[in-house]
Amino acid sequence: MTEKLEILRQGRDSFLTTKIDAVVNWGRKYSFFLYPFVTACCGMEFMSAAGPRYDLDRFGAALPRFSPRQADLLMVVGTISHRQAPILKKVYDQMAEPKWTVAFGACTCSGGPYNNYATVQGIDTIVPVDIYIPGCPPRPEAVIDGLVKLQQRVQATPGWNKPHHKEIEDLSLPIIEKPLP
Amino acid sequence: MAVELLERVGELLGDAVIDSHARLGDATVLVDAGRIQEVLGALRDSDLRFNVLMDLTAVDYLGRNPRFEVVYHLASVDTEPHGTDPARLPHRLRVKAGVLEDPCEIGSATSLYVSADWMEREVWDLYGIVFKGHPDLKRILLYEQFEGHPLRKDYPKERRQPLIGPLN
Repeated sequence: MTEKLEILRQGRDSFLTTKIDAVVNWGRKYSFFLYPFVTACCGMEFMSAAGPRYDLDRFGAALPRFSPRQADLLMVVGTISHRQAPILKKVYDQMAEPKWTVAFGACTCSGGPYNNYATVQGIDTIVPVDIYIPGCPPRPEAVIDGLVKLQQRVQATPGWNKPHHKEIEDLSLPIIEKPLP
Repeated sequence: MAVELLERVGELLGDAVIDSHARLGDATVLVDAGRIQEVLGALRDSDLRFNVLMDLTAVDYLGRNPRFEVVYHLASVDTEPHGTDPARLPHRLRVKAGVLEDPCEIGSATSLYVSADWMEREVWDLYGIVFKGHPDLKRILLYEQFEGHPLRKDYPKERRQPLIGPLN
């Protein structure tokens, strides 16, 4: 490989062979367009991680898109209540493949401190999750670590043109059929 | 100061006051729930001028009769100079009214304070107390498909009613 690169650098050869999975995934992992689904206090910590001091832009995840159609990384940041859950599912469904999900903070991972009538006990009961970032809230270093782990995961994904998420079986549960009064 | 305020309130409301106490500077009156609109109207329009309804909430004393208490926090934020009359200084008053389990209802304060609108909807949503005369009494925090009122002490702690997904 080093020899080949040296040949390229000197201009003695004009192409480099690789696998398309490797190239496409390399492009994808350094150009996340994230959709911030921010519902609670973790949002402040997300802003801190995305801001200039910690700077997610260094990892290619700089531009939040506020349309799910334009995003490929769903960042779920904050407590998800049962009332919010169908909205989260709808946003996820509207995103085009390839897409990834990050559960940011204890509430999205497991419900966090809230085990009650109102709170979803982990968003993985609603949408598939790639990376869980624990913490209440997570430190920016933890967010960056999660993002780097997601990049490794993206790089290792086989089949660049195939959907890589299987629907969770539980997700086929319908919205409760009870009509509005 | 709370004691003087309670004396003025007692004179104003007469036999609508069931009980009252002043503790740590906070004045509280327990009033007849059937006359709550009359009471709040009198407090608002008298020279005590309770012109802000700061909070409206409820408490469930399961096993007690009456079971519920609706709690109103009133404030007077008059900006005029008040002179020396202690009861005309900026003051606050807590008004409580007992509500039976059946019929679980009380008069609405929306005709007196517009801020009561959403707070009464919240109390209806979480405690199931009906506010008679409320223009649009429906759930505000939970969804319409939700059964029961979760802040009632007899709502099962483990009961879950998700809109989608498993029952956790």
